[in-house]
Amino acid sequence: MMEAAAPLVIEARAIAKRFGHVTALRGVDLTLEPGEVLGVVGDNGAGKSTLMKVLSGLHQPSSGELLINGEAVRFGSPRDARQRGIEMVYQDLALAGNLRIDENILLGRERTRAIGPLRLVDHAANVALAKQHLDKLRIHVKSVSQRVEDLSGGQRQAVAIARATAFDAKVVIMDEPTAALAVREVRKVLDLIKDLKTHGIGVILISHRLDDIFYVCDRVMALFRGANFAEAPLGEVERDEVIGWIMGNKRQEDAPVGAGAN
Amino acid sequence: MTEAASPELAGELVDADQQSRRSIRLMAFFDRFGVLLLVLVMGALSYAAQPEVFLSSNNIANIFRQTAFLALLALGQFLVIVTAGIDLSVGSTLALAMMSAAVLSVAGVPWPILILTPFAVGTAVGLVNGLGLTKLHMPHPFIMTLGMLNIARGLTNLISGGVPISGLPAEVRWLGAGNLVLGGIEIPVSVIAVIVSFALAWLFLEHTRTGRHIYAIGGNPQAARVSGINVDRTLVIVYALCGLLAGFSGLLLAGRTGSGFPNAGIGAELDAISAVIIGGASFFGGRGTVLGVFAGVLVIGMMRNLLNLSNVQVFWQQVLIGVVIIAIVAFDVLRRRAAASS
Repeated sequence: MMEAAAPLVIEARAIAKRFGHVTALRGVDLTLEPGEVLGVVGDNGAGKSTLMKVLSGLHQPSSGELLINGEAVRFGSPRDARQRGIEMVYQDLALAGNLRIDENILLGRERTRAIGPLRLVDHAANVALAKQHLDKLRIHVKSVSQRVEDLSGGQRQAVAIARATAFDAKVVIMDEPTAALAVREVRKVLDLIKDLKTHGIGVILISHRLDDIFYVCDRVMALFRGANFAEAPLGEVERDEVIGWIMGNKRQEDAPVGAGAN
Repeated sequence: MTEAASPELAGELVDADQQSRRSIRLMAFFDRFGVLLLVLVMGALSYAAQPEVFLSSNNIANIFRQTAFLALLALGQFLVIVTAGIDLSVGSTLALAMMSAAVLSVAGVPWPILILTPFAVGTAVGLVNGLGLTKLHMPHPFIMTLGMLNIARGLTNLISGGVPISGLPAEVRWLGAGNLVLGGIEIPVSVIAVIVSFALAWLFLEHTRTGRHIYAIGGNPQAARVSGINVDRTLVIVYALCGLLAGFSGLLLAGRTGSGFPNAGIGAELDAISAVIIGGASFFGGRGTVLGVFAGVLVIGMMRNLLNLSNVQVFWQQVLIGVVIIAIVAFDVLRRRAAASS
């Protein structure tokens, strides 16, 4: 464990979430350092998505504590989380296909200018901002005035990630970002995630695809039935072991975690 | 590694773009101007059938005058349809707004208040629609506005006793019946009112944040919500504006006919929806332009005019408008398919 050294951008302590009689999360801990890519794995219903929704302000935890940069916070809505620099890229992308790329990137945060008594959207400024941000992430599109529905799945994912990181994001949470992509596009999105690291942005990546996890993550944690099951830095764990975690099996020989692989 | 990966990403994204660019441009052209072509075709047809009458300034002014009230209804309906909603109550709202002014006029209320009344009544009905839809969590605006269709029509008959009221003051009638002489040409005031309303709606939809959010909600309400857009508030604004325009429409119709009649606007909501759909807006939201709606209204107006001039029975007009709606949407589907497969 590397708790002491770097300040944690996210620290979730004993997060529980109940929906009526169903307990989705039973006291989950999670930490994330700045610029770290954390993979979260678990079977369907293990609580991954619920945990992410708690972190991004969509759900309020039934109990437990959430600290951002060491400060206790309570998120009432995704807007609160976003103000703290936590953004979510949704599985269904949450883009408006009928709008242009720049409009999607700045949706809800459009720049305006005053013309007489009116406040009008400053389309030129928004286009420039969007371009600048796409350039920063080295996402190249022919024109930001394309409609998002005319883009490929990978391009859309890139736009969704650009959108999430457009305004001082410290953490981007991604729920299965590669699930709907053609094989040749998966790698590009994963490289984009690696790029976020260089900008000091932490990423929490939920994925069923262990290839993805092993390609981009620094650390992997497994949830099982709504609780922490195991976690390890990527260099210290093997694929089969992680598959075991997902199914609720710790390693057969009772060796301490991290001793087997290097 | 990350340094090497991204330029490759760049190359591939550019490639994909170039392939689709031409078809996108063509699509965009049709999206924007397809319905204007239709207006030209209708015009050519009308001219071919009735060369002397059609282009007379009298006839043209008539087409505009007759369609002015439909244009405002369609404009409001369009705002709602962009959000993937529907407002079935606009015809009844028109009648209620019109009758309210007529009843107050009989009571001797001064004309400036009479002019404001239809706007206020329309906006109030629209607000109830919007608040009912969002606060009562109606499963679909169809239900809220279907209820309102009945409520507003019933109220219209209640306040008027179900009989027409004539004798509106000239000031009130001016917007619907007056003419302005500009550069030697007589232009109906109602036409100017329509053009100004459409221009303002265009400015609102294309150049304000709320306007862009209306399109975003129609495209993907979930995306709008997670982007921090207050979806419910935006919807209330949209339904209120739709009601406002229906009220305005009632004022124009009252002016043109010089009276308020409780059966005004029966079925007009369907004409408004037809104009919006003919104008290229998508029933599923997020798509369409103010200019398209204007053209859609013109197509309906010109078609009626042509059929009237040619002495075609009214019942056939109804049949033909139905055929045109289906044909236009079918053509639109074919065009999109062709564009998608190219």
